Amino acid sequence: MLNISKLEVSVEDNKILKGLDLSIGSGEVHAIMGPNGSGKSTIAHTLAGNPNYTIESGNVLFKEKDLLSLDPSERSLEGLFLAFQYPIELPGVSNASYLKQIVNVHRKYKGKDPIDASEFLKILKEKSSNLNIPIDMHSRFVNTGFSGGEKKKNEVLQMDLLNPDLVIMDETDSGLDVDALRQTSEAVNQLRSSNRSFIIITHYLRLLEYIEPDYVHVFQDGKIIQSGGKELANKIDTEGYAT
Amino acid sequence: MNKLNKDNFKQDSYKHGFVTDIESEKIPKGLNEEIVKIISQKKNEPDWMLEWRLKAFKRLEAMKKPEWANVKFDDIDFQDIYYYSSPKGFEDKPKSLDEVDPKLIETYEKLGIPLNEQKVLAGVAVDAVFDSVSVATTFKEKLNEMGVIFCPISEAVQKHPELVKKYLGSVIPITDHFYATLNSAVFSDGSFVYVPKGVKCPMELSTYFRINESETGQFERTLIIADEGSYVSYLEGCTAPMRDENQLHAANVELIALDNAEIKYSTVQNWYPGDENGKGGIYNFVTKRGLCKGKNSKISWTQIETGSAITWKYPSCILRGDNSIGEFYSVAITNNYQQADTGTKMIHLGKNTKSKIISKGISAGKSSNTYRGLVKFNRKAKNAKNITQCDSLLVGDRCSANTIPLTENNCNSSSIEHEATTSKISDEQLFYCMQRGLDAEEAQSLIVNGFCKEVLQKLPMEFAVEAQKLVSISLEGSVG
Repeated sequence: MLNISKLEVSVEDNKILKGLDLSIGSGEVHAIMGPNGSGKSTIAHTLAGNPNYTIESGNVLFKEKDLLSLDPSERSLEGLFLAFQYPIELPGVSNASYLKQIVNVHRKYKGKDPIDASEFLKILKEKSSNLNIPIDMHSRFVNTGFSGGEKKKNEVLQMDLLNPDLVIMDETDSGLDVDALRQTSEAVNQLRSSNRSFIIITHYLRLLEYIEPDYVHVFQDGKIIQSGGKELANKIDTEGYAT
Repeated sequence: MNKLNKDNFKQDSYKHGFVTDIESEKIPKGLNEEIVKIISQKKNEPDWMLEWRLKAFKRLEAMKKPEWANVKFDDIDFQDIYYYSSPKGFEDKPKSLDEVDPKLIETYEKLGIPLNEQKVLAGVAVDAVFDSVSVATTFKEKLNEMGVIFCPISEAVQKHPELVKKYLGSVIPITDHFYATLNSAVFSDGSFVYVPKGVKCPMELSTYFRINESETGQFERTLIIADEGSYVSYLEGCTAPMRDENQLHAANVELIALDNAEIKYSTVQNWYPGDENGKGGIYNFVTKRGLCKGKNSKISWTQIETGSAITWKYPSCILRGDNSIGEFYSVAITNNYQQADTGTKMIHLGKNTKSKIISKGISAGKSSNTYRGLVKFNRKAKNAKNITQCDSLLVGDRCSANTIPLTENNCNSSSIEHEATTSKISDEQLFYCMQRGLDAEEAQSLIVNGFCKEVLQKLPMEFAVEAQKLVSISLEGSVG
């Protein structure tokens, strides 16, 4: 699914990724843990193609394609989804029409006709209720004035609507209370399948108690310094990142 | 840092740039008393109308062109313009659509304005003005049944002289300023609306202005009168062919709302903006003013200004009646080398008068976009209130936006609230939308439409979707 090799990335002349290697197979869930400020989010934004992150060297293959040569929207259309740590507000744009538009650009890419309005509403209602999202949230403007929890749920809802092959979740647990964390995690678990992979970037163990990873990586000083199974997360939780 | 925001331009974005190949009749070029007389003669006008024009012309000769706006252009040679051009055979106005040259019908169909009553948008009556004449007005009879008069102003001069005499020039006097006075002297056609007492006009009225001939100016005159307790919603649209030359459009629009009457006036202005190097395009120098003459009356201007090389206009409200309300909702978009200096004046004369201004300026390319507004409270305007909100959005970093809000408060008990913001489309917003699969242009158009939402939703429903598309199209190419 995804193969990152020797990736070096800088932001405003500061090198953040210093030779990242990571391989992710179909259907696998990988957690990347690391201390605050270690640059975990850089991995997410680099893979999604944020132009503020400069690739110094290395390469990334996504579904056998050279990921780094694609622009952000092509990466999305090819099936890469980033759930933002801080979802962006789009004032004046109603959430419902935004969601419909992003669904339709993906359908168009796959050669399908735009979705019928009533069919879309039906799907939207169903998927929203899974996440305990009240339907009137969709008549508000995208993420504008949303609470932390609403924003994160809206990210997971978009993930659900777009059917991505690779999901990168950037600190999705931050800003969520226990109930919201459980609901979003359950929704994510329902989306797990043998042909969908996940990268879960998190600082804490608590998200991983709900979404059980196949692999855990410790990210520090610009690279992965330790990899293991789920038990590694528990070890970090008790012993901390300091080695 | 600005890798998602680029500002090169694609030249396929003006969809209305074609020319209709039709024989036209023009009077000689130039501006003089003789020309004024010929225009009046062409319209078969009564003496009082000609005298009014000549008075305006006399006045014009002593006037100076205003030069204070934040726009730059070469001197206009007023002697090098045709002041009247009409498709051949329009001296005897056709009685029905069957007699109108099919090429004209086709032109409007191409512009998305079918004139055949069976095909038109449900609930919208259209007056189609081609260069200097009105070529067709739909649903006239149906409106007539309710006493609503909707006809070319040249026809109103003939058939309703008492109304025209009473109201023409009552809001924009012939002494007003250079371009308005020029219009008073040489105006050719435009629409006339009268809604009688207590009547809610049952359909949207609209005028579609088309400039076709080259080297021709368009000087339309619109007069709308809403009698006591009546309501009317009116919309105008404008397009012109793509040409290297600049063409002048100097219109006057006067609105009069009597006691408890309401006029809603919307404009979707899409004159040819010129090419990517700033060559050609329309000079849109327009005077629009509404008088809330009666108590509890209301006038609301909504404008979507996307076209023209230069847009220079301030649709205004004079709030004379006690408790009257004036509103101004504006979206002005400039791209490439377009210039806009637009805004409004709210003149509060009566007690408890209220006004609201929402202006959204969007500049892209190397364009310049100025909001200029005046809110004035007269000494007697007790408890008058104004709310002004001016937001500017910059696309790229070679354009400019200015906000010049003037206030003049001569009354202690009145209040003004003013808010202004300037923002850029952020890379974060573009990236977020692109991460969901939208390309850069789709992302920008989504964000810009969101920015304009408050204003766009003021448009009559029939036109809102069209306007939304226009907003996207006029910024096409401003991101890569």
